[in-house]
Amino acid sequence: MKLSGAEILVQCLKKEGVDVIFGVPGGAIMPVYDILYSEPSIKHILTRHEQGAAHAADGYARATGKVGVCLATSGPGATNLVTGLANAYLDSVPIVAFTGQVSTKLIGTDAFQEVYICGITSSITKNNYIVRRVEELAEIIKEAFYIAKVGRPGPVLVDLPKDVQLAQTNFEYPDKLKVIGYNPTYDGHIKQIKMAAQSIEKAKRPIILAGGGVIISNASSELRELALKTSIPVTTTLMGLGSFPETHSLSLGMLGMHGTPYANYAISDADLIIALGVRFDDRITGKLSDFGAQAKVIHVDIDPAEIGKNISVDIPIVGDLKKVLKRLNEAVNKKEHKTWLEKIKEWKKKNPLKYKNDEILRPQYIIEKVYEITEGKAVIVTDVGQHQMWSAQYYQYTEPRTFISSGGLGTMGYGLPAAIGAKFGCPEKKVVCISGDGSFQMNLQELAIAMGHKLNFVVILINNSYLGMVRQWQELFFKKRYASTNLFGSPDFVKLVEAYGGTAIRVSKKQELYPALNKAFSLNEFVLIDCLVPEEENVSPIVPPGASISEMLGVD
Amino acid sequence: MRHTIAVLVKDYPGILAKVASLFTRRGFNIESLAVGHTEENGVSRMTIVVEGDEKVLEQITKQLNKLVDVFKVRDLQAQSSVERELALIKVSTNSLPVQSEVIQLVDIFRAKIVDVNNQIMTIETTGVEDKVNALIELLRPFGIKEVVRTGKIALSRGSKDIFTLKKTGE
Repeated sequence: MKLSGAEILVQCLKKEGVDVIFGVPGGAIMPVYDILYSEPSIKHILTRHEQGAAHAADGYARATGKVGVCLATSGPGATNLVTGLANAYLDSVPIVAFTGQVSTKLIGTDAFQEVYICGITSSITKNNYIVRRVEELAEIIKEAFYIAKVGRPGPVLVDLPKDVQLAQTNFEYPDKLKVIGYNPTYDGHIKQIKMAAQSIEKAKRPIILAGGGVIISNASSELRELALKTSIPVTTTLMGLGSFPETHSLSLGMLGMHGTPYANYAISDADLIIALGVRFDDRITGKLSDFGAQAKVIHVDIDPAEIGKNISVDIPIVGDLKKVLKRLNEAVNKKEHKTWLEKIKEWKKKNPLKYKNDEILRPQYIIEKVYEITEGKAVIVTDVGQHQMWSAQYYQYTEPRTFISSGGLGTMGYGLPAAIGAKFGCPEKKVVCISGDGSFQMNLQELAIAMGHKLNFVVILINNSYLGMVRQWQELFFKKRYASTNLFGSPDFVKLVEAYGGTAIRVSKKQELYPALNKAFSLNEFVLIDCLVPEEENVSPIVPPGASISEMLGVD
Repeated sequence: MRHTIAVLVKDYPGILAKVASLFTRRGFNIESLAVGHTEENGVSRMTIVVEGDEKVLEQITKQLNKLVDVFKVRDLQAQSSVERELALIKVSTNSLPVQSEVIQLVDIFRAKIVDVNNQIMTIETTGVEDKVNALIELLRPFGIKEVVRTGKIALSRGSKDIFTLKKTGE
């Protein structure tokens, strides 16, 4: 039996186990929507903007580990996905985006709603495809899902000309794929792993630097085993939060620009850095020449291009972290690092994360209370800015996939749609979106999804009336010249949520917070808590741009 | 330092732009790029000459390898590969003495005259880059009207092919 391209797409999605798609219809993708209309096994969520669709697919993928799917029409629909694709690319999130395209005969003529989306997205996708013949559609879709999830995951875009969606062919979903140009290395080189074990044996002041790769590779338990067996302290990047329990005494929390003082001191003083699934972003290294200046570096990553990209590595290991760590754990001996851990303990005691815990409702206090009331078990989805850093600092993550945040791209507006995606992916879990008044207004139209689908999650809005992180930089580095950072004209967020038909609570005093949180988490519905916090609260500590990470402001 | 990289890619519209944009985005500078079909159906081969130290070469190789449509990437060492470039040079030759001088140079360089009239001669030459440069320099005084060069293409010497050469960046 012959099927149309649109039917083939939907059949392929079913074969890939897709149960939810986020998207917005439009002219060039209507044949696909027409088929989805009568397909009961795939839920389509109509976001109010395609960026929301891409972020929701991203949040879904991060929360579940599965591939997220989004769908948009040609032209503006496709370009609206771009930020979401770049966001997923920088944080290695597997999503597949399908876009409508004008008919093949019209391509290149500047037809209505035509853009060359493959050209536009070539540097922010792992791969992209324009399907020119319906006969190649099934294979391309299979390849797209494969490429999105294997090796270092990432976004893939498939562009579907309208005539290809309508054209018919015999459908057969290929069992096997021939992808010649993409063969990730999974097993680390055994010699390198042995060398790494020897270095760990000799090290006096070793530290583990765990990144998002640990979570992607589902290697948290292997990481825990390594740390506990060798008594090596663990610091994580923003993307690595949750890969190692922060409640454990070996945890140093997050390092970097807004990292804990003790993590930054420890990595600066270490003689061995065991870097696992990290990419040495400038936000964690600070001044490159000073980073880990005394240390030998072991770097494990599945992407060979990350090794040696920013810092030179002594023992590179290309492979899947879970597999490499299993072997490494067998090769290392039990160790104790009494003096080193004693030193770290002193740093922790002398320089803890701290804020002014007075009578004022401060953002750090809010995050601490959210941690308490959720018992550290919620999936925290953040936006980007000060609230994101406070969420990283004052909530203690113990499980992977419980901290979802835009790390590499730093996309304001990510939080709400990503939380929606996470909630669709994990309906049984408690989801909390922590946002700022700036970020929230960049995609607040997606409130409609939360209402329409009766999603029960809580938004904590850290409302300081500013683009707070930029304002902080202006305060510290631009002589307090607050150029265009005051968000005057913002709506009354309580009324806004009420207009959408939801519940919202305003909190401006410290003593109001706990009752509000209690109410929010006991109601089985969407609730936003609008927390009015001081305008000029800063994220502390901070490593000034260009400085070494041990040179923090806000540390005695 | 200059490096010659051979890249086998999937042959389809858009691959050239994909590879070229990777170089631009990562800040690598392409000195020359030649592309054409290979012995295998559906596979094209690019010969890319880039300037950069070992670290740059390593990153280029690794980043190229990440592209799904790139099948093989090899760094070709000058001493162990055959390198050629083809150039067409249009020279003003409006008097007999000039014509005979140019013909002599063409002979010395084992080049070919592929088009001629009273005013110009078009010379075809192949060889390593230095040879092509030398001929162009010697012809310059007569008045070069136009030059077109293919950019370098290269193959490894001996029985090894691109699939068996030592991999770099993997």
